[in-house]
Amino acid sequence: MFASLAGVLFDGFAYGMLLFLLSVGLSVTLGMMNFVNLAHCSFAMVGAYATFSLAARHGWPFLATLPMAFVAAAVISIILERTLYRRLYRSSDLDQCLFTIGIVFISIAVYAWFYTTEQQSVQVPEWLKGAQHVGGTTFANYRIFLIVIGLAITAALVLLVERTRFGAQVRAAVDNQRMARGLGIDVDRAFMFTFALGGGLAGLGGALSIQMVGLDPTFALAYLVYVLIVVAVGGLGSIGGSFAAAVVLGISDMAGKYYFPWLGAFLIYLVMVALLMWRPLGLFGKR
Amino acid sequence: MLSARNLNKSFGSLVVAQDVALDLPKGARYALIGPNGAGKTTLINLLTGMLAADSGTILLDGSDITDLKPHQRVRRGLARTFQINALFPRLTALESVTLAVLEREGHAHNWWRGLAAHRQAIDEAAGILNSLNIPDRETAELAYGQQRLLEIALALATRPRVLLLDEPAAGVPKDESAALFSAIESLSGELTILFIEHDMNVVFRFASRIIVMVSGRILVEGTPDAIGRDPRVREVYLGGHARAA
Amino acid sequence: MENAKFRTLEYVFWACLLLPFVVTPAYLSLASQIAVTSLFALSLDLILGYAGIVSLGHAAFFGVGAYTAGLIAKHYWTEPLSGLLIAGLCSGIVGYALSHIVVRFRHLALIMLTMGFGLLLAEAANSASDLTGGADGLQGFHVPGVLGFKFDMFGRAAYAYALAVLFVSFLVARRVIHSPFGLALRGIRENAVRMPAIGAPSLAHLRKAYTIAAVMAGIAGAVLTHTTSTVSLETLSFGRSADVLVILILGGAGRLYGGIVGAIIYMVARDQFSGVNPQYWYFWIGLLLVAVVMFLPNGILGGLSALRKKPQ
Repeated sequence: MFASLAGVLFDGFAYGMLLFLLSVGLSVTLGMMNFVNLAHCSFAMVGAYATFSLAARHGWPFLATLPMAFVAAAVISIILERTLYRRLYRSSDLDQCLFTIGIVFISIAVYAWFYTTEQQSVQVPEWLKGAQHVGGTTFANYRIFLIVIGLAITAALVLLVERTRFGAQVRAAVDNQRMARGLGIDVDRAFMFTFALGGGLAGLGGALSIQMVGLDPTFALAYLVYVLIVVAVGGLGSIGGSFAAAVVLGISDMAGKYYFPWLGAFLIYLVMVALLMWRPLGLFGKR
Repeated sequence: MLSARNLNKSFGSLVVAQDVALDLPKGARYALIGPNGAGKTTLINLLTGMLAADSGTILLDGSDITDLKPHQRVRRGLARTFQINALFPRLTALESVTLAVLEREGHAHNWWRGLAAHRQAIDEAAGILNSLNIPDRETAELAYGQQRLLEIALALATRPRVLLLDEPAAGVPKDESAALFSAIESLSGELTILFIEHDMNVVFRFASRIIVMVSGRILVEGTPDAIGRDPRVREVYLGGHARAA
Repeated sequence: MENAKFRTLEYVFWACLLLPFVVTPAYLSLASQIAVTSLFALSLDLILGYAGIVSLGHAAFFGVGAYTAGLIAKHYWTEPLSGLLIAGLCSGIVGYALSHIVVRFRHLALIMLTMGFGLLLAEAANSASDLTGGADGLQGFHVPGVLGFKFDMFGRAAYAYALAVLFVSFLVARRVIHSPFGLALRGIRENAVRMPAIGAPSLAHLRKAYTIAAVMAGIAGAVLTHTTSTVSLETLSFGRSADVLVILILGGAGRLYGGIVGAIIYMVARDQFSGVNPQYWYFWIGLLLVAVVMFLPNGILGGLSALRKKPQ
């Protein structure tokens, strides 16, 4: 009983790390610019297909593809931001939703064209396959890897936000954009870098998720719902909120699938609805 | 007519209203003045229910309205205008005022009868617009001064007994403010009015009594003469001016 | 005040909707689908276009109506008109219940909550497979026809039924919009903060609008069940909620006819394009969405009315 609980918590936490990587960028950029970028998961796909391309078609080792996944997604997000998104910063929430969903649809078609609609997979190094067995519970190596990366990146992000000048600028812009501009902070530049960072992290998350959930062009839509849940529940503009929400949702999902399989995804939606009704601005939301 | 006792409100460590008490007799023309950030608009928000007070009571004509929701207070006769226009951009002036009349009459829930059939409401709305010289155009297309007048028209359409005006002349260019002031001047003597203003000319012209508010508290209250001579008020405006800016 | 009388253009429009009987008789089943979707989009327009509630879960009511009608036809009787009314009643009750929660929220929380409720209902229907047939859908019943007209494979009676229900519902929606209540809804949309300040019980108004929209959506779902004699989980799906939102925005929200125009264009296009290759559909609809937001923010009807205003 305890062994299975530990297993559920472990798997759920690992899944939560994945969700965190996929969602944190959206949460911060939403909090900073109030720009609803539903195409955020498309950046995840950029990273995932970059990894797939390099690993499966060009023989790169899996781990080496990960930084490239980050970079590719970051670059694409900057291009998108500079060319198209900046025109929509003053548009309504609905318009931004629809525009970015349009981008998602276009990206799905583009990926289907280049990579077909088939499920793709990548080869991971031997030491990432297999598992550790401790006290009756199975701890998959890949998931340990996910947790380590997730925690490392969380720590790095917190350091970046709390200890660097850039981080201070981001926090100021999230808190009160007009005031930040008035203080001479180049909010647009800070936003561009934040957007790139968030996109890159999503790309990394996408690449890491291939092993756990597979890869096909509709990934962007399938995971959009989960990402939105993490962002809404965690609170806009909050790294800590995204982390907490991602972990709660990851564990709830695993617990639901393990203990109440007949409920399906019911539990995760119920948790979201309940949490949002209790805290409409998210667990750590300011606005 | 309208009174408040021990109103308190804070946001964490920020105290926006401290032990505020107020008494407006029927037909009053009171002005509420004070430096920026004194809590004047906050007080109006507390009185109208848009902001829930931490403690204190509010009485309208003797009845306790402290626990009533904002729209319920309006139904009892407490109306306000907003410092920054809160209008309905794509509704015409006539539609906007008619809506207020319909809400007052309790007809706004009616989803079967056509709007055109509510002739009485439409005529009353047209009458209010006429008396304030507001043309019937889409709200977004009205001149700013006319929009400020529409702000007042909306409040008047609710047939209030007490009217709280939040800087009615704010942002209105000099040539349009004459119309605004004559409109305010012509308001019924039965109506109890409290208005927030920064322009001292307006204050001394219209107010029979002045309340001075600073940092969430009422500093002093008195006749225009007494306030004009009060050294504390001078200090708040002249000495404290640099700090408040 | 807006004139509530029918204009010539409207007569022409409705007459054109009769064309499929004569001009494209082979496409009558698609026409029925479009009529059903138009009604569904119209119901969304009431809350989105007129009251300003952005809902990503409106299919919940469509599905409740569809399943109610299916269950009645399967277990009780197959007369459609009474089934229609009961379906509308059921979805109205669900809508009324949910409205107490939904109207208290705005912005992202509102979008997520409506989406969440829709997803919950879809999952519940999936799990309750004894009742709903689960992933296989509700089958094993057949609605023979309405008022003596048979639903055959030519689809004439089906389209006539769908079109008639659409028209009657349209008339009701029109009345609502031109009523004091309709004005109050527009007031909420234009400035939600001002409404309580003029004595309006905004939350009560919104609950009423949400309930009316739920009834209408449920009726649309029931018509789909009756004309196809089957109900699937798709009727409750997030995909359907998202589709109807796109359709309404495409046609133009807050303009009464936007849902119908959007449904016609979207579904005809989908019928033509997705046959070739599903990927192409995603590409073109994506491009269309991007184009609508950038160039036609008020949808097609908005663009047309802007064109008419230009010469002045």
